[in-house]
Amino acid sequence: MTSYSPSRVRADVPQFHREVRGRPLAYLDSASSTLPPRAVIEAMDRYYERHHANVHRGVYLTAEEATADYEGARAAVARFINAPGGAGEVVFTKNTTESFNLLARSWGASQLEPGDVVVVTEMEHHANVVPWFQLRESRGIEVRFIPVGDDYRLDLSHVDQLLEGARLLSVTGMSNVLGTRNDLAALARLAHDHGALIAVDGAQSVAHGSSDVARDGIDFLAFSGHKMLGPTGIGVFWTRRSLLDAMPPFLGGGGMIADVRTDGFTPADGVARFEAGTPPIAEAVGLHAAIRYLEGLGPDAVEAHERELTRDALERLEGAFAGRVRVIGPGDVTDRGGVLSLDVEGVHPHDVAQVLDQHGVCVRPGHHCAKPLMHRFGLAATARASFGPYSLARDTDALIEGLAHALDLFA
Amino acid sequence: MANLDDLYREIILDHYRTPRNRGELPTPPARRVEGFNPLCGDEITLYLELADGRLADIKMTGRGCSISQASASLMGAAVKGKTLVEVRAAIERFRQLMTVTETRLDEGAEPALPDVRSLGELAALAGVVKFPVRIKCAMLAWATLAQGLDEASAD
Repeated sequence: MTSYSPSRVRADVPQFHREVRGRPLAYLDSASSTLPPRAVIEAMDRYYERHHANVHRGVYLTAEEATADYEGARAAVARFINAPGGAGEVVFTKNTTESFNLLARSWGASQLEPGDVVVVTEMEHHANVVPWFQLRESRGIEVRFIPVGDDYRLDLSHVDQLLEGARLLSVTGMSNVLGTRNDLAALARLAHDHGALIAVDGAQSVAHGSSDVARDGIDFLAFSGHKMLGPTGIGVFWTRRSLLDAMPPFLGGGGMIADVRTDGFTPADGVARFEAGTPPIAEAVGLHAAIRYLEGLGPDAVEAHERELTRDALERLEGAFAGRVRVIGPGDVTDRGGVLSLDVEGVHPHDVAQVLDQHGVCVRPGHHCAKPLMHRFGLAATARASFGPYSLARDTDALIEGLAHALDLFA
Repeated sequence: MANLDDLYREIILDHYRTPRNRGELPTPPARRVEGFNPLCGDEITLYLELADGRLADIKMTGRGCSISQASASLMGAAVKGKTLVEVRAAIERFRQLMTVTETRLDEGAEPALPDVRSLGELAALAGVVKFPVRIKCAMLAWATLAQGLDEASAD
């Protein structure tokens, strides 16, 4: 039993103790990056102040401590996502994007033949599109897209045809533009029924509900530390050990080898093979602290809170602006996360965001690295507001006040 | 502290709401050049009529935020009819206006604003530099114009 209180989380996050432009911070950009609680920052400070040394090298005390810290973080990640094979399946990367590049360059380039099919969706972030296009150029694979319907959800009416002969379905757990959550367990069954594996972009979903690769039958999972209250500079790539063992190294260098001779090299076994060079040790420590913190809140409680904030915001936006502010995403909160992409009548998203800034409201204008989706809905950009575990209804108050100002200024 | 009024000066809102030199010119004789700002989806198409070493006429189409569209409108008014040497000089002056100077790592350090007295209406855009993310919005039309002149001189 947890006692999750969004106000207490807010008190735990140092950045909420500052003002911006003379107003309290209304941070509504957690889909871009979350704000870390003090526990995360202090864990990293403590690491640098007391334990820092390079990992997997020295045998002196602090080197052992640093190695234990780094490997301890790996174990925490494995538990957090319920990795069936434990820490030996968790590779630390720089971020979700690097995890997808690892998947495409290592698994994809070694396992896929010309003409093989990778299926993605129209709601993917560029991180789950461009590496496959690059593989199409270098290996001659085919990339297919599951379309998004007018209801802002995946249109699965032709999915059997699209998955025909596919080797991989690579799909987001939650759209960073629409807020749409995908039914990963159902998609995993679909993929497996067609003989394909399933990769999941967990960047948006891991901090806003429970993630369980075993329960959902997922084969590959990618996510970032900084979107789950952790630091930037660290991401995760997970796959089952049997798949991992068949993957060749992606980046070469120190730390990833078993032997190097003048005539060649032998890569290390296990996850070390994918972690060339000195890894992000302090960031792993910070990620570990973020996982502990999130687990303390309770993923289901966080999800329920964000759902209620979203329901309230959808209702109040409609009430305040009667269609002049359109939400590009599902209008109800079933299978939907706390991301609100706004199209404000007659006001460019950049101008919307700029006026909101004067109200202390942080939103993200732009195409959100999802241009196929923007094209799908005929938009160049939106202004996106997104909730986190520390968000409160008063953030929505500030958002609505700022939107009214923007409409007034540019009308 | 940078204030919203520094950015959305009345003159900018006026050029955004009532953009000057909108439209197209027949190509040829005019040249057509396109510019995009991939980050926010701003786009602009310029039609440049060059004759006797002058930018004899300029028209533009496009869509985007108030800063990109107002900057384009103000640019058209500033360069139309000028010699190409003068146009190049205007582009360079505007580029300097939009350059962020190195600031210290101190809290609250703000860049000093340049002397804008010689810039006329364009001075209204000087405040953009306080909002570094918006600089590329303001630069879009100018960079596109520079590209058009480069292409013309390469022919």
